[in-house]
Amino acid sequence: MNCVVCIKQVPDTAEVRINPETNTLIREGVPSIINPYDLHAVEAALQIRDGIGGKVTVITMGPPQAEEALRETVSMGVDEVKLISDRAFAGSDTWATSYTLSRAIEKIGFDIVICGKQAIDGDTAQVGPEIAEFLDIPHIAYVKKIEDITSSSIRVQRMMDDGYDLVESSVPVLLTVVKEINTPRLPSLKGKMAAKKAVIAKMDMKSIEADEEKVGLKGSPTQVKNIFAPQTIKEKKVLEGNLEQQIDAMIEELGRMKCV
Amino acid sequence: MRIIIKTEICSGCGECVSSCPFDSIEIKDGKAFINEYCNFCRTCLNVCPEGAIVEIEDDQGGVKADLSEYRGVWVFAEQREGKIASVAVELLGIGRVLADERNTELSAILFGAGDPQAHELIAWGADKVYHASGLAFDRFSDEPYAQMLITLVQEHKPEIVLAGATAIGRSFVPRVAGRLKTGLTADCTALEIDKESGNLLQIRPAFGGNIMATILCPNYRPQIATVRPRVMKKGSYDPGRRGEIISVTGNSISSRTKVLEIVQETSECMINLQDAEIIVSGGRGLGGPNGFELVKELAGLLGGTVGASRAAVDEGWIPYRHQVGQTGKTVCPKIYIACGISGAVQHLVGMQSSDIIIAINKNPEAPIFNVATYGIIGDVNEVLPMMIRKLKEVKA
Repeated sequence: MNCVVCIKQVPDTAEVRINPETNTLIREGVPSIINPYDLHAVEAALQIRDGIGGKVTVITMGPPQAEEALRETVSMGVDEVKLISDRAFAGSDTWATSYTLSRAIEKIGFDIVICGKQAIDGDTAQVGPEIAEFLDIPHIAYVKKIEDITSSSIRVQRMMDDGYDLVESSVPVLLTVVKEINTPRLPSLKGKMAAKKAVIAKMDMKSIEADEEKVGLKGSPTQVKNIFAPQTIKEKKVLEGNLEQQIDAMIEELGRMKCV
Repeated sequence: MRIIIKTEICSGCGECVSSCPFDSIEIKDGKAFINEYCNFCRTCLNVCPEGAIVEIEDDQGGVKADLSEYRGVWVFAEQREGKIASVAVELLGIGRVLADERNTELSAILFGAGDPQAHELIAWGADKVYHASGLAFDRFSDEPYAQMLITLVQEHKPEIVLAGATAIGRSFVPRVAGRLKTGLTADCTALEIDKESGNLLQIRPAFGGNIMATILCPNYRPQIATVRPRVMKKGSYDPGRRGEIISVTGNSISSRTKVLEIVQETSECMINLQDAEIIVSGGRGLGGPNGFELVKELAGLLGGTVGASRAAVDEGWIPYRHQVGQTGKTVCPKIYIACGISGAVQHLVGMQSSDIIIAINKNPEAPIFNVATYGIIGDVNEVLPMMIRKLKEVKA
């Protein structure tokens, strides 16, 4: 089974803060990490390989420094990594990103494509299903358990807003996975050595035979018009006295709101 | 459009580097350099003290479609087990506003369910309902849903298509945008029409809710957006409202995936969290799963539902379905009580539109107090037992 996993290097959004004076993000000291959901995607692919055999290829589209993220997955034990990088990819929205990744995946060859459910910097959850559309294969989003997998079919639990669906699909297929699916393994010592030595193969616009009208800013239907800080304006009421008096006042307020 | 750095003016001071929300500016050989991460958000333009960063318009190439033939606002009306999802009604609310502003029709797209549900959509503000019924549509399946919506869009050319940012909408709508080659903006929290251009301004949180972004899709149609449940106001319900129901068929649509079984899980809190009038939420400050017993007890006394911050869920103290925030549920109760939640932005975006917010936290600097109506500074493990005891006294 040929598994291709798409990962993204993202800023750790839990560490990002806004500078209230300039309304801009403070990125200094914010570490770059592998998108947390993508680690579960890598783990899912490794488990498929370890279970029924095959190969795991991890790809990422990004600037040269995204190589670090790929190295980290080598330390987890993946077989091959590829960096999809080209200046022409700058400014890609989800449409152009999905197109570009689908071209690369087509070149590499695949039975199963696995992505994290979304990336924590954009939170769109669109690239996975959109890649499936470009590859003309089915997809199942929000997979929380793989129940059964063979070379021609797969049965999974898909998380829904009110429970889950048991879904069957033919293979090839694309899955996007949620955290519940597994616990990503930690790098082994042997893996870390391999990661250090790994030569990161690169693919650019030419080698994936992408149409230059469909990549980067040119290939992106959406544009960011502007960004701004979220508004947090609330009417404030003060509770007087010591802790006990404050709680009494609070309960009185709750009574006035007819909650008690 | 491109953003370039005039290297002859650039002093290499680095002001722009820290201003960039996408980490796309580096200093190379003493000059600023924009890398592949650039999202063309223009933030850096005003930051450069030398005025060395400029925007240049250049032809984007390709043949532009005739956008004027696209008219009308569409709402994908999600149903599950034959019931219209509340997000569909919310979308008709905002859809009506947008359609009136564009002086055009509002249509609902209903896959599955029956005639009564189609009429319900008209009562909630739709002028037309395109209704595809039949076995292929009763249960959600990505490919038939995507194919049917693609066919309808190609035939009728709407200007705007809205869907709920739910497990269903966020799964199949990307396929639609992919095939139609048009823009899709995920998880919007506000939608407006730009007075000048008539374009849809799609506003959404990014970077875990740390910033808001306005997204445009100026050169392609339809403009497609998924919208967060519980952020748009429902319109008015008028059972006497008239509209047209158009049956559409998609018999030849096949699917390579098949839903074998639908499992509904303890609906008590999943459903209730978004419909709850009172939510008592717990965070890391509770110190462990035992702290949640206090939260549950307080919620029980107030007739409310239990929520949680991502930190508490990540610690494994409470299941994910209780999570409120950017990666959990957006809630809008009358009263939201945050217990031991510091208020990371990603949590705040999911609850700050609550009518009244009560924050209990021992750190007076915690950001949760910025959005709180009432703040109690104290250790939750002290405050909650006292509150519970006093509430019991009042009730008795």
